[in-house]
Amino acid sequence: MNGWTGKILRVDLTRGTTSVETPGPELLRQWIGGRGLAGHYLDPFIHLPWDHPDMPLCLFAGPLTGTVAPSAGRACLASRSPLTGGFFDAQAGGRLGAQLKKAGFDGVVLTGRADKPVGLKIVDGGCALEDASGLTGLNRSRLLTALRWDGAVAATGPAAEHGARMASVWVDGRHGFQRGGLGLGWAAKNLKYVAVKGTGRVAVADPAGLKAAREDILRLTAASPYLSGGHGLSRFGSCALYDLMDARSMMPTRNFRASRFAPAPQCNAVQLARRFESAPHGCRGCHIRCGRVAADGRTLPDLDALSHFTALLDVADLDFAVQANALCLELGLDPVSTASTLACEAELNGAGPDPARFLAAIGDLGSGGRPDLAQGAAALASSLGHPESAMTVKGLELPAQDPRGAYGLALASAVSPRGGCHLGALPMSHEVLRKPVATDRFSFLGKARIIALAENAGAVGDSLVICRNLFYAASLEEYGHAFEAVTGLGGAAELFARAGERIRYRECLMNARLGFNATDDDLPERLFVAPGAVGTEPGVRPIPREAFLEARGRYYAVRGLDAQGLPTLEKARELDLLESYRRFKPEGPAGVAEGGEGGHA
Amino acid sequence: MLEELEIYARKLAAAGLCEPGAPVLGFLDDRLAFNRETPENAVLAGVFGRMGINSLLWLPLGEPYATIVDFLAGRSGGAILPRDCETRTFLHDLPVVDSFDAATLAEALSRRKSVIVRGRGVLAHGAVSPEQAFVSASSVCFACFVKFFSDYLALKREGRSDPAYEAAFHTAKSLLAPPRTVAPELAEGPFETREQALAAMDAAGKATVGLGLVDSFFGNISCNLDGVLLISQTGSSLDELPDCVDPCPLDGSSCAGLTASSELTAHQAIVALTGAGVILHGHPRFAVILSMDCDAAGCPDSARCHVDCSRPRFLGERGILAEIPVVPGEVGTGPRGLVNTLPPAMLGRRGAVVLGHGLFATGRTGFREAFDTLLTVENACREEYFRRVESFGG
Ligand code: SF4
Repeated sequence: MNGWTGKILRVDLTRGTTSVETPGPELLRQWIGGRGLAGHYLDPFIHLPWDHPDMPLCLFAGPLTGTVAPSAGRACLASRSPLTGGFFDAQAGGRLGAQLKKAGFDGVVLTGRADKPVGLKIVDGGCALEDASGLTGLNRSRLLTALRWDGAVAATGPAAEHGARMASVWVDGRHGFQRGGLGLGWAAKNLKYVAVKGTGRVAVADPAGLKAAREDILRLTAASPYLSGGHGLSRFGSCALYDLMDARSMMPTRNFRASRFAPAPQCNAVQLARRFESAPHGCRGCHIRCGRVAADGRTLPDLDALSHFTALLDVADLDFAVQANALCLELGLDPVSTASTLACEAELNGAGPDPARFLAAIGDLGSGGRPDLAQGAAALASSLGHPESAMTVKGLELPAQDPRGAYGLALASAVSPRGGCHLGALPMSHEVLRKPVATDRFSFLGKARIIALAENAGAVGDSLVICRNLFYAASLEEYGHAFEAVTGLGGAAELFARAGERIRYRECLMNARLGFNATDDDLPERLFVAPGAVGTEPGVRPIPREAFLEARGRYYAVRGLDAQGLPTLEKARELDLLESYRRFKPEGPAGVAEGGEGGHA
Repeated sequence: MLEELEIYARKLAAAGLCEPGAPVLGFLDDRLAFNRETPENAVLAGVFGRMGINSLLWLPLGEPYATIVDFLAGRSGGAILPRDCETRTFLHDLPVVDSFDAATLAEALSRRKSVIVRGRGVLAHGAVSPEQAFVSASSVCFACFVKFFSDYLALKREGRSDPAYEAAFHTAKSLLAPPRTVAPELAEGPFETREQALAAMDAAGKATVGLGLVDSFFGNISCNLDGVLLISQTGSSLDELPDCVDPCPLDGSSCAGLTASSELTAHQAIVALTGAGVILHGHPRFAVILSMDCDAAGCPDSARCHVDCSRPRFLGERGILAEIPVVPGEVGTGPRGLVNTLPPAMLGRRGAVVLGHGLFATGRTGFREAFDTLLTVENACREEYFRRVESFGG
């Protein structure tokens, strides 16, 4: 088989057993890999509590992972999120994805619960579970030192061990599955780390075709101001966007009570680079290298972390931002959710910006000292009687782009299956970065279909496990050629079109089964009633509620959901997703059971 | 949205790519709408039904594009390989089909951003906005124009005979619009305020589009005002510049130029190296065509001139053409990017051409000088092009 290894490692942590599954080529072709394949393994179990032993943790690469396809060396982790309660997938860089493929596996599905902390080591087709009791309580640096592993490693930190719902899984020291609290899912299984080493090669059907596709992609990235321009990612890392967010009045400030941060010019990417003498680093197989490392070795914050640790907390202090970010990474915390929870707490307690207090609170999250914060902003705000102060969607804290400043972004954040996240549809690309063409950011016109189509494309990109940044320049057109060259299969465009919609719709089915509906596809009330920036140019007004609801209704129509945002039998049948539909509605109308998986409407 | 569709239809006609009123534009959100009712709409609706897109542009070509595109399509073997840099970068190749039916068109469009229907026109799509389709279709016209005249000159240079090509060439030549020679009045500078500079940029941009010196209405323009480079945004139309200019401090204190033209770094380097006050970059067709004409028979780099040409070259041997160097360089800032090759070539000169891409012209204080270079070079290139063709036997 080309591209895929055709093997998935199954690990039962309760029994301490492992086995190798060989999904047929049709299953791999249908769901591609990454997010798509993970969804396939999660769908039957998604109704279980996130910490149920039978809830799978799915770690997957994609068919292009481990080849020379640009920025395809990443890995996907998916499960039910402790923070949102819904289906959740996250991507991480580093070497994990490529090493997994080279070790002979397309993915790992972990179930069960070990009776003591364990680590999973995978080396060239073999694997072993090891006692990791001696590693509990270690932060990232100490764990890496203790492990002495020269392959790829993913692990949780003390925050997960102490029940933080914003716990992350870090990868290879500087990368991580940051969002959605998936680290807590690992801790619930008593899984401390997964270490992988592989020396095999990923078979490529047409190396010359792959080289040509790669050159097409590299030419496009070189022509992209955002990725490769003098102010772009390659030069300044993702914090390059910091100035633009401020210039567009889209920088969430003081827990979204404003969208412009006056001291932004002192905290931007240029200042960060100067002050910390940063050097670039990146994921395996990526020429963009958007990460930044300080001269003292600390990983510097990315855009979301920098913005939230400055503007959102109202602290114009780069030293603090870098320290807070580094602490989060050491303890295994998602910096975005952590900062947002701190901002929410500061607002509700009426406390002013106090860097020392913030740092202490982050430290406490690593030792179980702040159970109030550990549940995330939504739970915290509810417990204090002010749910409206949590700037979350479906329980996930919003990142550093204010939806009041771009309405496609608002819609994408509201309907995302992950919660407060717009990465699945990349609306920033056209609403802010003008690619492939600019759209009017203060209009919902056409946005319903744009978002739905982009979500479908994003679902394919996440299943190929391509870095989302690449889609600011290239598209599935170019990656389709790479896919065909790697796998030797034809018809990528048709396959992607169908797979993207099916993968995304199955997530609608999974979340609907968990009780999510239109009520959850919504933004915090503040964004509809309070302006972001007044008296500045450009002004950012509250999102017009009626227009938002109309656009969401149009999105539901395009997506094939009913007015409540719930999946329909008709659409499920059209997409051959009747088995998933039956799980959502076991008592569904007559004919569902007999409809079979092949019927088109 | 219907009004927006009509704007693109009018722009295509104004650029001479089609007859007024000919383009059909469709847009789909939760409902499908066309700018007008035509017999083609049913097929286009079928394409929408088969693809994850929200926009389609059906462009029946006007002359000389119809002659040019049909000739190239007839010999394409299924896809036209463009020779100019931008089209190679963004469209890769231009698929050709014979049949105007939804299944054939959707199949071709699922692999590329546009498709040429032999003898009928160009179909292009977008998944974000009709502007994507507009840009792709106009790029197809530009790419075919450049390839048609460029390949013909190469044919003649090699002394080969091709009666069908010769016939098509003479038809297309006879259908070319006459050259524009009168430059509009543009502000001389220096500019005291940002408003003055922006107004001058706006006027220069509109003139560049109006005189057909840029394809797809793109290109870029900048003005150094007290250490802040005002530069057109990426993907902006030069005839719609207000609100599409980014102020980028030349001291590097901000990344706000993230949405600026992909040539921002090249503009900055030119300003730093030459002291230019303004830069105007267009894609004048005959300058692009002439930049690709080379007499180095058997050159080992001939397949990759646009990145590998190492020969110091000029557009011509006489007059203004002898003042304008031709340099290789890909779009953007990659290792083979024009950011590395262009700025040094501009030193001490009023302009330079990036091979197969376009002309960059500078002015000390205002746009009159830069625009004059753009127009004069293009007209001289046009004249020189036909002179060279004649010299090889016509
Ligand atoms: S762009 Fe950045 S995040 Fe994406 S693969 Fe490259 S280095 Fe990693």
